[in-house]
Amino acid sequence: MNTIEKNLFDIRYMDTLASKNTSLHRLDPRAKLITTLMFIAMVVSLGKYEISRMIPFIIYPMVMIISAELPFLYLLKKMILVAPFAILIGIFNPLMDTTPLVHLGSVSITGGWISFFSIMMRFSLTVSAALILISMTGFNGVCMALEKMGVPQPFVVQLMFLYRYLFVLIEEGAKMLRARSLRSFDSKGLGFKYFISLLGQLLLQTLDRAQRIHLAMCCRGFDGHIPINRPMKFGYKEIRFVLIWSFIFILTRSYNLPVKIGEIIAGIL
Amino acid sequence: MHMADALLSPAVGGTMWAATAGLIVYCSKKVREDLDEKKIPLMGVIGAFIFAAQMINFTIPATGSSGHLGGAMILAILLGPYAAFLTMASVLTVQALFFADGGLLALGCNIVNMGFFPCFICYPLIYKTIVKGRLTPKWITTGAIISAIIGLQLGAFSVVLETFFSGISALPFSHFLLLMQPIHLAIGIVEGLTTAAVVIFIWKSRPEILQPSISVVQGPGPDQEYSIKKVFIGFAAAAIIVGCGLSWFASAHPDGLEWAISKTTGMEELGAPQKNLYSSLTAIQEKTAFLPDYGFKTTKENPITDTKKAWPAVDSGTSVSGLVGGLLTLCLAIFIGFIIKRKKTGQTA
Repeated sequence: MNTIEKNLFDIRYMDTLASKNTSLHRLDPRAKLITTLMFIAMVVSLGKYEISRMIPFIIYPMVMIISAELPFLYLLKKMILVAPFAILIGIFNPLMDTTPLVHLGSVSITGGWISFFSIMMRFSLTVSAALILISMTGFNGVCMALEKMGVPQPFVVQLMFLYRYLFVLIEEGAKMLRARSLRSFDSKGLGFKYFISLLGQLLLQTLDRAQRIHLAMCCRGFDGHIPINRPMKFGYKEIRFVLIWSFIFILTRSYNLPVKIGEIIAGIL
Repeated sequence: MHMADALLSPAVGGTMWAATAGLIVYCSKKVREDLDEKKIPLMGVIGAFIFAAQMINFTIPATGSSGHLGGAMILAILLGPYAAFLTMASVLTVQALFFADGGLLALGCNIVNMGFFPCFICYPLIYKTIVKGRLTPKWITTGAIISAIIGLQLGAFSVVLETFFSGISALPFSHFLLLMQPIHLAIGIVEGLTTAAVVIFIWKSRPEILQPSISVVQGPGPDQEYSIKKVFIGFAAAAIIVGCGLSWFASAHPDGLEWAISKTTGMEELGAPQKNLYSSLTAIQEKTAFLPDYGFKTTKENPITDTKKAWPAVDSGTSVSGLVGGLLTLCLAIFIGFIIKRKKTGQTA
């Protein structure tokens, strides 16, 4: 039960993060969305046994976290919370793929471990990119970017509605749960029978609420679409942001920078 | 159940994204055309309800675990397939953005796995066929349980397929299948039971809520069939087009489809002994070659590689210079971050 309110708190906290006013927050959401998608595609397109080429990609989340003044530890904690699935599937790689690939002195590292670390790096990079996007843009910003980029309006409106009522309904659900746990002793009443009437009641309330909302919207002239009136400008700054990061991503994607640096160092020595 | 970015190749992720985009466009059009605008707030609020419902759970006797409502089937029953698909897609988008469930690239996969199968396969083909407008507890329960189980089985199977074709995980196809399907059988039964119970509850207390969607469902029979067929055709077409478009990507890099297949087939024989020689040779060679194309490197290699075709080229980072360089890059990245931080605090001070 605790987790419900915690989730709610999380969403609200990320909203507060999105309301900061740094140069990155002020960028057009479209620029940030495009860059994030490109970053994820570039990271994911790397081969299964790549680790070294993935390292330079850390620069993007890092620069974003620092310049947008995002709390690093908080984002890290959120990432660790969702790690189990990637670990669960990834951990089979060391077990299945036992061909040694690297020899460091007498120690040999199997391909499985390398691909496992590669999966974990992919995981951290892609997840952090998504979390950074939302905490420096805000959900409504992302929705508006989606609409401007041609996503059908019913879907965008649906997303915004969902987000608006998420808080209301989670709070309602949490209230119900609290009431149930206060009245249940020795885990009585936590079974299927009461669960269904609890859920059914919540659903009925939800439907009523939807009807009230619809009536209220009709009174205000709702005709099936929600006009979004916020000027968005894809100007010089946005173009510069997208171009610079694209250049960095393509550079790190096509050249193995760590190896190049290592070679230069080896050459000097 | 959520597919993750970390296990996905761009070809698979892109294909599923295209399929999802096509479905969203089609369903949006359908919702705009067919349904009264009353459905729009209803969809949004019910999407939020799914979140709340997933947080309310019940204890499953004798197992010590707990279950909760899954979502897509009840949405399909309440809203009809098109609105339900859009609602499920929006729920998964919020989950991907805020809870990092899955990820942005995997979002397409997740929407197909958890939205397309229940809304466009299980609901019209299974639930409707079983219930046929006979809204009695017996038929609702049978229909909901069977369609929920099949929906989750299809979804789980699709996760396995996507993982397999991406080729990032080394888990063999059959093992992964054996891991996923039984778990989702159990989840499917729980989901079916909860869905059925909630639908019956609604039917008993407020039958008129189910009536409109029933009439939509039963209304224009042949028309309905036709539109489902269109969804299928659109889905297949989008998948094929993008699949072909992205295939250069898949074939240019060893993480693609062919590579995954050759890897799983050649997997067992790979324990051959020359690996030390091979890896040291490639390690030396990696120092000289820097082009990203793996095939380029292996063709230059001497005959030893021929016996090792299924082997992916060794990551250049495995060589010592890669390790040193990797550490240095990391330091450099942290240094840049440090400078930006200093600059920022200097600005605010």
